Amino acid sequence: MSTRILYIATNTFREAVRDRVLYNLIAFALLLSGAAILVGQISIDIEKLVVINLGLTAVALFGIVIAIFIGIGLVSKEIDRRTLYTVLSRPVHRWEFIIGKFFGLAGTLVVNAFFMAIGVFAALLYVAHKFQAPDGWILVALYFVILQFLIICSLALLFSSFSSPLLSAVFAFSLFVIGSFSEDLRGFAALVKGPVGWLVKGVAYLVPNFSTLNVISSVAHAQPVSGRLIAYNSAYALLYSAVALCGAILIFQRRNLK
Amino acid sequence: MLAIEIIGLAKTYSVGFWRKRPKVALRPLDLTVKEGEIFGFLGPNGAGKTTTLKMLMGLVFPTAGSARILGKDINDPGVKAQIGFLPEQPYFYDYLTARELLNYYAQLSGVPAKERERRTDEMLDRVGVRDAGNVQLRKFSKGMLQRVGIAQAILHDPKVIFFDEPMSGLDPIGRREVRDVMEELKRAGKTVFFSTHILSDAEALCDRVAILHLGELRGMGAVADLASSVQGNVEIVWKGTTIFPSIKALNAVCYTTADTVRAVLPETNQDAAIDAIRRERARLVSVTPMRTSLEDYFVQKVQRIETGMGAKA
Repeated sequence: MSTRILYIATNTFREAVRDRVLYNLIAFALLLSGAAILVGQISIDIEKLVVINLGLTAVALFGIVIAIFIGIGLVSKEIDRRTLYTVLSRPVHRWEFIIGKFFGLAGTLVVNAFFMAIGVFAALLYVAHKFQAPDGWILVALYFVILQFLIICSLALLFSSFSSPLLSAVFAFSLFVIGSFSEDLRGFAALVKGPVGWLVKGVAYLVPNFSTLNVISSVAHAQPVSGRLIAYNSAYALLYSAVALCGAILIFQRRNLK
Repeated sequence: MLAIEIIGLAKTYSVGFWRKRPKVALRPLDLTVKEGEIFGFLGPNGAGKTTTLKMLMGLVFPTAGSARILGKDINDPGVKAQIGFLPEQPYFYDYLTARELLNYYAQLSGVPAKERERRTDEMLDRVGVRDAGNVQLRKFSKGMLQRVGIAQAILHDPKVIFFDEPMSGLDPIGRREVRDVMEELKRAGKTVFFSTHILSDAEALCDRVAILHLGELRGMGAVADLASSVQGNVEIVWKGTTIFPSIKALNAVCYTTADTVRAVLPETNQDAAIDAIRRERARLVSVTPMRTSLEDYFVQKVQRIETGMGAKA
């Protein structure tokens, strides 16, 4: 990896941290601890299930929102504020800039998820008093959440490379919502015939499949995740992100920075 | 060797949302800058100066033409290590300190790790912000940001430095300091290419200038040559208090003092005016050519274009 990508990624990470994004973690950890105490008091036998569901869903949603709101500004903010001019007038390729931004944002989200996961496990320990073997699957669910972050990061960068921050946010969030129902969309596509069927099928396979990356509910019920699904999801997320990043690079390579 | 060679560089943008229409930002431009020169790129706002600089920096893609810096095409990756750039009214990452920013740019420019700290300190000293080196840039004034901007442009010891409106928004002391930096760079054998609409700065600093207006090159050459090409005025003073009608007829503007008359008139009418004074038997005191400046040349060029007389230089 080019060292310039590493420098850009480090700077992006530093920007996110100093932008006080990670301060939401403290609020989140406090909120989750409070919720765990509350849940412990109002539910019988399902405290653990609620904490895992609530905790992991919050990790995913917080992360997605952060990914979208930082990701959409990564390129456009640099153009608007003209900070990009002093970067690209150096021996830095445009593709290096995009990849560096991606890794910087992805790194921020991974660190974010790590600290939020500590909050989830702390809450879990509070309600269950000890960890059990099936709790290890929570780590797999967290890994899938991080894969979702990678896809959203790459999509936010793709939209940010050609449209305004507001439109980028709308596109990215819409894709997240549609992608969360992609299994339903694929089911619907299988029922529709003719040209419309082909169109729906095309859309169903084009939007990111966040359904398959969401195993929070089954993990909460202590169900194991197959190795095959882990391999499939890893390959899918990496490929999808790579294609979206290539799109972002192709657009950005030709863009006039007026 | 030529430091900068621009051959037919042109840019046309498409504007409009529904009906795209072309907007010419720069008509085919040809110019050369020699190594070690301070070259001024002059023109009013919207003349195409920043567009040209952005094309040279690879930020905007030309519609036609090409450019070479130090003999290499501007798209050659090796070129950018040899150039420095200060954009107009620069903004930087305001969450970084001045020291962190310079260190980041040094990393991107390929300055070796062991030299980065020394270079950063040297630059902070040179532009006079060393004491504020550990302060976040969000707390910097405009003048201080401009100084940091200059530091980042010369941090990696480039051979050719591009400044876009470097004196814009600076107080007289700040402008003087920027001028000093440019002169130091020239003494160190660097080539400086800067755009400005402050003509006195260009006149004081530049070996040669080019004048751009409405996207088209209107004149290029040494400041003295351009200024001398402008039709100047002459001041004639004679003893007495009478303003002669024959002098007024020569487009003269006359002023009387206690015992002399001073007339300012086009230098082409100088001989006729002297003859007229002799005919009136008045005593001639002095004939003084009035110095023409780059500003006179610039105003003449721009006004001629705006009044439709637009002959190229």
